[in-house]
Amino acid sequence: MRRERVPIIVAALAAIGAAFFILPLLGLVVRSPWGDAVKALTAPETIEALKLSLFASLSATAVGLVLGVPLAWVYARVEFPGRDVLRALTTLPMVLPPVVGGIALLLAFGRRGLFGSWLDTTFGITLPFTTAGVVMAETFVAMPFLILTVEAGLRSMDRRYEEAARTLGASRWRVFTRVTLPLIGPSLFAGAALCWARALGEFGATITFAGNFPGVTQTMPLAVYLQLETNQESSFILSLVLLLISLVVLIGLRDRWLGSA
Amino acid sequence: MSLDAAVRLTLGPLDLDMEFAIEEGEVVALLGPNGAGKTSLLRAVAGLVPLKSGHVRLDGQILEDTGSGQYVPTERRPIGFVFQDYLLFPHLSVLDNVAFGLRSRGTSRREAADKALKWLDRVGLNIYARAKPAELSGGQRQRVALARALAANPRLLLLDEPLAALDVTTRAEVRRDLKHHLATFQGIRLLVTHDPLEAVALADRLIVMENGHLVQTGTPAEVTERPRSQYVADLVGVNLLRGHAEHGSVHIPGGPSVAAAGAESGEVFAVIHPRAVAIYRNRPEGSPRNVWPGRASGIELLGDRVRVRIDGEVRVVAEVTPAALKELDLDEGGEVWLSFKATDVGVYPA
Repeated sequence: MRRERVPIIVAALAAIGAAFFILPLLGLVVRSPWGDAVKALTAPETIEALKLSLFASLSATAVGLVLGVPLAWVYARVEFPGRDVLRALTTLPMVLPPVVGGIALLLAFGRRGLFGSWLDTTFGITLPFTTAGVVMAETFVAMPFLILTVEAGLRSMDRRYEEAARTLGASRWRVFTRVTLPLIGPSLFAGAALCWARALGEFGATITFAGNFPGVTQTMPLAVYLQLETNQESSFILSLVLLLISLVVLIGLRDRWLGSA
Repeated sequence: MSLDAAVRLTLGPLDLDMEFAIEEGEVVALLGPNGAGKTSLLRAVAGLVPLKSGHVRLDGQILEDTGSGQYVPTERRPIGFVFQDYLLFPHLSVLDNVAFGLRSRGTSRREAADKALKWLDRVGLNIYARAKPAELSGGQRQRVALARALAANPRLLLLDEPLAALDVTTRAEVRRDLKHHLATFQGIRLLVTHDPLEAVALADRLIVMENGHLVQTGTPAEVTERPRSQYVADLVGVNLLRGHAEHGSVHIPGGPSVAAAGAESGEVFAVIHPRAVAIYRNRPEGSPRNVWPGRASGIELLGDRVRVRIDGEVRVVAEVTPAALKELDLDEGGEVWLSFKATDVGVYPA
């Protein structure tokens, strides 16, 4: 077969498009002060921010799985009035500016917020400006990715496998855990990975709802932004670390998608 | 042991309304064209689709009864179901597939694995215990599906088109295996098929259904000798006419009268084997037999015979040898006369 001839205009635009992504990454790699890398990486603030970032993003993914999978299941399997509206509402954070999400969270769960004041007076629980607040902000922004991915997986799976399991005497729980979940495994994995990656990079909602306290709410993206003003070199290195993590996730996902799944 | 079911459902344009009973030890084939509602009926018996009205009773135990509102969910019915494309769990090993039913019903992991292995042994696939279903051939998957359905010791085995997913070369072999395994199972066996050969080979009794309704039931011999619908007649390859019998002839509404030896009075079916129908280019002389003109509307070669479809007042198929056809110098659209003897017409009450 003959190779497709690429029209020059298409090739040119495609090249500019690719360069648009590659040049900034190149800038980051080339201009990073590699000599100070070890120092910047082992600085206590960096370690703290990295630890917090990993903890918060993994927690957000866990919360996303526990709450998001049932929600996705309801969307995929239960017909009820207002389902589309509800789905739209729970998808909104994907398009909402994260800062707006953060403000909305404050108004709901802030100390004087709609729900927050009740939490505060009744249980003495304060969410904003705590690590729990970071997890909430990240979950708020990242969970929709998981919900949509898992819902798509549930919709495209062959439900007759579930029927087959029922004819073999499996309870609904056993059908779900032994048949449904394994069959949507690739979607579940992809959804969780997307959710985690989004949570890891979360900035706007976090800084708005949880603030920027080192060791408590200062995640990597926040640290990068802060260091940009005080210590540029260090912020470059931290950016590089985030870049590396993202790259690893992306490559991992690609293998997963192109692999046996 | 017996199954007693009255199933009424609406499925899109199809109204399913079937009542039937199956006795202990029977292998029953539900035979019908595509879209007759066979699979839906099987799914209803399994509890996978709720009845609009009716009941399903197994050994007197009510599995479902819309009258009293009783309903035993699928997972608590003592059934085994072999699906058309088997639906082996792709993420589980062959052994875990076969052990799935036992595990679901509370058998310990170890015992379930032991029993599953014995079942794999029986169907000759124990060396594939650790394999994934995707590594097996179609025929092997079919045997695993059967072992999986039987391992949990059901009282009722339901099989949906068990051989349809196989290619022609393996089908005969798998059918022989299946017949053997069906024979060793003690419970009630109900299988769905659109293939008459499969039905006759595997079942003691046929239930023929069309458009959601039962049209005929009986042993394979009874059904093939005395078809009661055009569908069955076509499957068997005979001409079927329906009319009113009086004084040794059958009056076909809007058609000719057919002289039939020994015709009783009343509504009857008349069956004429294509081989009993002779074809002429000119009207045969001086014959008291059934004779009428028509036009050859289709000619097809079937093995060493040629089937000629003749459209006249009623459509009749004749079967002749290729040599006879050549002698007739007949092409599609040619005018012919056909004849058959009164003694070649089988008549039975409708």
